[in-house]
Amino acid sequence: MAKLTKEELIKMYSQMVLIRLFESKIGEIYGKGAIPGEMHLSNGQEAIAVGVCANLRADDAISSTHRAHGHMIAKGVDLKKMTAELFGRKAGLCKGKGGHMHLFDPSIKFGCGGIVGAGLPLAVGSGLAFKRKGLDSVSVVFFGDGAANQGTFHESLNLAALWKLPVIFVCEDNCYGISVTKEMSTAIKSNADRAVSYGIPGVAADGNDVAEVYQATKAAVERARKGEGPTLLEFTTYRLMGHFEGDPEVYKPKEEHEEALRNEPIIRLEKVLLEEYGVSAEELVKIKEARQAEIEEAIKFAETSPWPKPEEALEDVFVEGGVR
Amino acid sequence: MSRILTFAEAISEAMAQEMERDERVFLMGEDVGRYGGIFGTDVGLYDKFGPDRVIDTPISESAFIGAGIGAAMEGLRPIVELMFVDFFGVAMDQIFNHMAKITYMSGGNFSVPMVLRTAIGGGYGDAAQHSQILYSLFAHVPGIKVVVPSTPYDAKGLLISSIRDDNPVMFFEHKLLAGLDWLPFGVKGEVPEEPYTLPLGKADIKRSGKDLTIVTASLMVHRALAAADKLSAEGIEAEIIDLRSLVPLDKETILTSVAKTHRLLIVDEDYLSYGMSGEIAAVVAEKGLYDLEAPIKRLAVPDVPIPFSHPMEDFVLPNEKKIYAAAKALVQE
Ligand SMILES: Cc1ncc(C[n+]2csc(CCOP(=O)(O)OP(=O)(O)O)c2C)c(N)n1
Repeated sequence: MAKLTKEELIKMYSQMVLIRLFESKIGEIYGKGAIPGEMHLSNGQEAIAVGVCANLRADDAISSTHRAHGHMIAKGVDLKKMTAELFGRKAGLCKGKGGHMHLFDPSIKFGCGGIVGAGLPLAVGSGLAFKRKGLDSVSVVFFGDGAANQGTFHESLNLAALWKLPVIFVCEDNCYGISVTKEMSTAIKSNADRAVSYGIPGVAADGNDVAEVYQATKAAVERARKGEGPTLLEFTTYRLMGHFEGDPEVYKPKEEHEEALRNEPIIRLEKVLLEEYGVSAEELVKIKEARQAEIEEAIKFAETSPWPKPEEALEDVFVEGGVR
Repeated sequence: MSRILTFAEAISEAMAQEMERDERVFLMGEDVGRYGGIFGTDVGLYDKFGPDRVIDTPISESAFIGAGIGAAMEGLRPIVELMFVDFFGVAMDQIFNHMAKITYMSGGNFSVPMVLRTAIGGGYGDAAQHSQILYSLFAHVPGIKVVVPSTPYDAKGLLISSIRDDNPVMFFEHKLLAGLDWLPFGVKGEVPEEPYTLPLGKADIKRSGKDLTIVTASLMVHRALAAADKLSAEGIEAEIIDLRSLVPLDKETILTSVAKTHRLLIVDEDYLSYGMSGEIAAVVAEKGLYDLEAPIKRLAVPDVPIPFSHPMEDFVLPNEKKIYAAAKALVQE
């Protein structure tokens, strides 16, 4: 496998940093009560979002989960519009109707939702559409280890395999579904092995190593673009935060968490950049500062942008006109 | 002896006492064990009864709700927790076609003594997939009892009755009643320590009055009570009926009240059309039309999904102010 170039890795690092800093800032703001509802952050899982999306084109589609900020940023969302949506503002991606768990952006072909396991069939549908239209676009679905126990997981793998659809199933194994560990919920050790039942490749890789994520996804995307069908990827990682902000996390052993902090993807990538690619520490600081400035700008945009009018709640239940 | 408990504490106490009383009773669902339930309703049960009777399930609603039905048919008495009612879709077939119908289809040869507990409601910005009420959907399908408590006292008594009932019961717990730090509102109230039951199908008059009847349930009972205080200051006395269960429905209490007040306002946090508010209106139109001195009024979510952003969410949900205004307009008609 070809080693990634310094430029490629720096670009990935910069995106991972953007996700981390953005989510940390959002967590802070949520803690002060400025964002309603629930808040699920993906700190520790950035390498998966970035390593996967580095293989994608603008015409490839993503279906995601309740923990979607990272995926969306990695796919290239306009950070200002996304932040405005989290703040419930009119200028947000969904005019304030969706919020943190329901982010949709056709310009990057992205959607997500709050029902665990619900994204998989939708991704099969995008894949079906691409195939019928004769395109070589691919459909990527992110889901957790918890979601892999929903019926939709099995039904979707079977359909995509049966119809040889260009779908990449990306399981992010962060060890938990809320308080329930994978050992408590899953009868098999590796979800990648479940691919055998559907006669498709199942690949398990280290989700905290962005290069490994990139390479594993690359093979799956190439296969899908050639019309050879779906792949199931399983990336192991760790959820550094609570399930949602405010989770007391009584179920997490402290040593496990500390071990995970040493193995988290950004620190690991920094080490590689510094030691193997000769990048200087100052360069990394500069990247962080630039990203932080972008975030501040997005937050300022969101905070100062107007609220939707209350009556706008009545709009968008149906498409205007509706008949073609 | 009575103590002050939160709504969530009353629910966990009811389950604990029933599990002590009857070893066939057990609890399963997502995060009911070590976490103690996302809304704090299962706290302490895992430590007391262990993993065999307080079971953390995988995220497989169709399988574990269906397993509850099967276990109930074998004579166990499962309490199954569906974390948010909004997730029912994943298990809709098990609930609608099996839980609800097996007693009937088997000509009474099988019963399904199971309780399906679930969290409902909006008002804290959790948007379209985590804020719904939906109890009317389940009340529409014959064969499911639908219980909707509004206070800790009612929650404990109604839950114990539900667990002892030989029929499938769905038990709807509003998140804003629970009494958790990260959620607004929360109710506390006196709850007797010993186990007790309350009849399913008996509404409770939470406030008596002569000028209009407000029929409602769950969180909206509290919103209506707050509105009634304001109305009372202006000399308007509202009678507030807390339905406590939609199935069975206590038509008599509603009709008796309407015969006294001659005016009816129905307040429902569910969607307006084809739901609880329409059902109550139909009952009164059929059986109490000549008691009315003004058209029936309904206050409910205006047939849109629950939006995320605060100003819009506030616009679609009934609240104290809207109840006050609707009641006032109704007595002036
Ligand atoms: C159908 C459904 N069931 C339950 C939930 C509640 N819930 C939200 S996230 C979650 C855990 C999901 O775990 P996993 O799929 O591993 O994703 P992670 O949260 O770890 O990213 C649960 C149980 C839900 N939103 N939808």
